[in-house]
Amino acid sequence: MCGVCGCGEGLNHSHEHEHDPQHGHAHEHRHAHAHSHSQHHHHHEHALGPEHAHAPGLTPARMVQIEQDILSANNRYADDNRRYFGERGMLALNLVSSPGSGKTMLLTETILRLKDELNIAVIEGDQQTARDADRIRATGVPAVQINTGKGCHLDAHRVGHALESLNLPEKSLLFIENVGNLVCPSAFDLGEAHKVVILSVTEGEDKPIKYPDMFHAADLMILNKTDLLPYLDFDVEQCIRYAKQVNPKIRVLQLSAKTGEGMDNWLKWLRAELDLQGIGYA
Amino acid sequence: MHEMSLCEGVLHIIEREAQTQGFGRVKTVWLEIGALAGVEPEAMRFCFDAVMRGSLADGAGLEIIAAPGVAWCLPCGKNVAVSQLYDVCPNCGSHQLQIVGGDQMRIKELEVE
Ligand SMILES: Nc1nc2c(ncn2[C@@H]2O[C@H](COP(=O)(O)OP(=O)(O)OP(=O)(O)O)[C@@H](O)[C@H]2O)c(=O)[nH]1
Ligand SMILES: [Zn+2]
Ligand SMILES: [Zn+2]
Ligand SMILES: [Zn+2]
Repeated sequence: MCGVCGCGEGLNHSHEHEHDPQHGHAHEHRHAHAHSHSQHHHHHEHALGPEHAHAPGLTPARMVQIEQDILSANNRYADDNRRYFGERGMLALNLVSSPGSGKTMLLTETILRLKDELNIAVIEGDQQTARDADRIRATGVPAVQINTGKGCHLDAHRVGHALESLNLPEKSLLFIENVGNLVCPSAFDLGEAHKVVILSVTEGEDKPIKYPDMFHAADLMILNKTDLLPYLDFDVEQCIRYAKQVNPKIRVLQLSAKTGEGMDNWLKWLRAELDLQGIGYA
Repeated sequence: MHEMSLCEGVLHIIEREAQTQGFGRVKTVWLEIGALAGVEPEAMRFCFDAVMRGSLADGAGLEIIAAPGVAWCLPCGKNVAVSQLYDVCPNCGSHQLQIVGGDQMRIKELEVE
């Protein structure tokens, strides 16, 4: 178990983020009692009397201003991850979709086409099983499984631990396969360069407006299983219109992970994005 | 149900503040939740009670302050009100909207003792 955060990971990790004075582990902040309260926040006492004059068993109530983003802890870990990727010229992509869209098949097919050319690794988020990680490892690239249990998304802290155990070479391509869920993962920044949302044509063209948060957060939408279009009445143009309504900047690629149709454009996009990471711009 | 994790985030912040600001119990928590934040207030209330149980905010009241959605419309060059991420500009019908408010989820203040 990670002794800093009690997060259940059994690694001898360095916990890079623990040096961050903002890092929110309560026991690190005991010294803060020495400071005057006013250094932190402004208090306004309510009508219940001065806070130090309380009789035993009767504690006066007061208001404490906090003003913090609920996701601030996650976002600090995400910044750590982003710095890690930046320093190593790595491309990290956060793949999100509903269950069964074909994320794992897209990954295995992608890896088979690129693994001789690039360093690739995968972080697999799954609620219970290790099946997907096993499918990835069968392609010959490293995969770390994060079981989220009842959790419906990956968070940046657990991804940071997975990175420590992967210890990837520079300029690696890292896929983070998030839990199959079009709602919750949209709120959690993992430090990735892009969220990529995978939508299969069997799911109906109105998914972008039914789950707008995810399509809003993604930079690329992959329309998968196009081999099935002849058998469905899925309206591709309407689907793209909906996606652009939610996110005018979203890019769309159409492909079939199964037949390989359209895969070339996806591979080109990956190589181009990885090249961009290698520029090392600040 | 990422509301569960969000409530865990709230508790995490409260516990840290309890250390730095020296309070022992929390009676009321005020959250500001934007209309475009993808958070269901009812799910939030449900998870809040479960997550706070046994903590220093056990039984605390939850007050949710709703913040309206605001987007900047490129063609109109000004802010307009939106209630969904897929809304079009109410003036010109454009999709070229950039969300500038209503996606926040913040803990605002606490009543403590
Ligand atoms: N026809 C067709 N089937 C596909 C395609 N891609 C994936 N599938 C099938 O879709 C099903 C689900 O694929 P997976 O790769 O397991 O999907 P996933 O998104 O990883 O699923 P979860 O991990 O459960 O979220 C499998 O039966 C795949 O064979 C495709 O391009 N065309
Ligand atoms: Zn940790
Ligand atoms: Zn959820
Ligand atoms: Zn307008």
